[in-house]
Amino acid sequence: MNQSTKKDNSQANARIISSILTAPELAEIDHEISHAPYRSAVAIDALKIVQKHHRWVSDESLTGLADYLDMSTAELEGIATFYSLIYRKPVGEKVISLCDSVTCWIKGYAQLEKHISRQLGVGLGETTADNRYTFLPAPCLGACDRAPVMMVGEETHLDLTPDKINQILETPILKSPAPKNPVPKSPISKSDGGQPE
Amino acid sequence: MISKLPLTQNINAARDPVNLETYEANHGYQAARKAVLEMSPADCLQVVQDSGLRGRGGAGFPTGMKWSFVPMNTDAQGNHVSDGHKYLICNADEMEPGTFKDRLLMECDPHQLIEGMILSAWTIQADVAYIFIRHEYHLASKLLQEAIDACYAKGYLGKNIFASGFNLELYVHSSAGRYICGEETALISSLEGKRANPRAKPPFPQISGLWGRPTIVNNVETLCNITHIIRNGADWYKTLGIGQDHGTKLFGVSGRVKNPGCWELPMGTTIRELIEQHAGGMQDGYKLRGFLPGGASTDFLVEEHLDLAMDYDVIGKAGSRLGTGTMIILDDKTCPVGMTKNLVEFFAQESCGFCTPCRDGLPWSAQVLDDIESGNGIPADLNTLQNQVRFIGAIGNTHCALAPGAMEPLASAMKYFADDFKAHIDGKACPYSTESKAALASAGVN
Repeated sequence: MNQSTKKDNSQANARIISSILTAPELAEIDHEISHAPYRSAVAIDALKIVQKHHRWVSDESLTGLADYLDMSTAELEGIATFYSLIYRKPVGEKVISLCDSVTCWIKGYAQLEKHISRQLGVGLGETTADNRYTFLPAPCLGACDRAPVMMVGEETHLDLTPDKINQILETPILKSPAPKNPVPKSPISKSDGGQPE
Repeated sequence: MISKLPLTQNINAARDPVNLETYEANHGYQAARKAVLEMSPADCLQVVQDSGLRGRGGAGFPTGMKWSFVPMNTDAQGNHVSDGHKYLICNADEMEPGTFKDRLLMECDPHQLIEGMILSAWTIQADVAYIFIRHEYHLASKLLQEAIDACYAKGYLGKNIFASGFNLELYVHSSAGRYICGEETALISSLEGKRANPRAKPPFPQISGLWGRPTIVNNVETLCNITHIIRNGADWYKTLGIGQDHGTKLFGVSGRVKNPGCWELPMGTTIRELIEQHAGGMQDGYKLRGFLPGGASTDFLVEEHLDLAMDYDVIGKAGSRLGTGTMIILDDKTCPVGMTKNLVEFFAQESCGFCTPCRDGLPWSAQVLDDIESGNGIPADLNTLQNQVRFIGAIGNTHCALAPGAMEPLASAMKYFADDFKAHIDGKACPYSTESKAALASAGVN
């Protein structure tokens, strides 16, 4: 820091930042900064670090992080929302990423998407009521010889069939068909005023 | 004896990934040691240029030529003088739909890539290198980091590697998604912590890349090739190909074939051998309609092209691109219009949004295709699509090749599967959908 005003600002913000970003997060972010030419160069790494600790990036984290990286909130928000794997809304304990690209599409993506929706009672972009899963489409996951493919958290699952999906997700087999337009159950929709079933 | 299939010589699916000990027992890091201690950067560049290696990421640009544009500052004795950082970046952001070759190389033999990177960094005199890897490749990231740590511990990376005075720091950068990051200038923007917008060229990255410094971006497989080219020489490398191009390549097949997978084969192997012999031909009950020879952004080819050699220029002359060499098969029970719609929707979604033809044009194409596929198409739609191919597909209307790439499967699908497009519009339904088939069956039509 060679600008004194910036330093004063940083000190003034230090307390706020430390209440938003935890010590382990700051340590990891500082490690990235140590081999970067300037602080905002680590924006994506830092967003990923925050997300690793909280599963998503809240407005508070984003603002605190922008301060810490000497960049505007708007600029960091522009970066955060650009990247599909930075979540700006809460997600469940595990994200289900079902590949919807060409080979998986040929090998039955549409049926599997319906199957997962029915089993979990949520559509793409939604989180289960028990907060275990968020269901998202994913671009090609690079295992096309074993299509259809999905990831659950960090695990990649290959050669998917409906039965295999049931085992992976440990979902009970539903007897009655799910409603055509399932009520969104994610925390996002709750805050939007979604009604419980 | 030197393997005829060098890239996969250490790879055995039944075994653990190759660790440093095993890798070194099989001549590992001998090339890196020899180059850094005994060869000048210019010597190395000459070998790579002589080898005729072309980039394996999809574009097929000659690697030696790409490197030759990096400024080399030398003193009167020919020794390299540093005037600041130079960067080498490994593009491990394997996101081209249908492509699954780099994952294999990284998960099974990470040291092969690291040695290739040491050699490449030495050649261009880069002192910092990155592996830009897609987030989803957790196992590959972990194995690479372990391999890098092992190299640092042995003095193969870091300061004064092989006690030569040469320094190289190597970092793994895990991405945060988006296909566009695989475009080299977008990748550089992303590595700088920004939105992954491609940059206009010139300036080319070799002159002004990462943080404004000379930068080379190469694909994983390209860098793995370097290991063997420097180890065994350009003349040996040239004996590997059986067609116009040199060396070997990882080729893959996915879709409804009996044995989908990925194989290392000599450049110039025929498509027929790949699909019928290695991939076992079509599954019972399915016929081949066509295929994308090298990922989602390449033009469809059809049965008449099966005997073509998998060389960059041969596939280029047939109106497509060898691309990543991983073929996606279209079978006779899959709708070509639906498949094209899936491809164009992918590119529309993955546009970075910077250039108008891409940001606004691709969703329009996807919408027209959706209309046709869902039975709401009109004859004029075909004209609209042709115009989109002309304007969106023209190189130079956009900063990067994403939008032109998206138009390649569309233009070729309209050429080879014109009857299918027409049938959707005339019949106001997708003839491949289960509903249509049921309706046809109940009407007594087979």
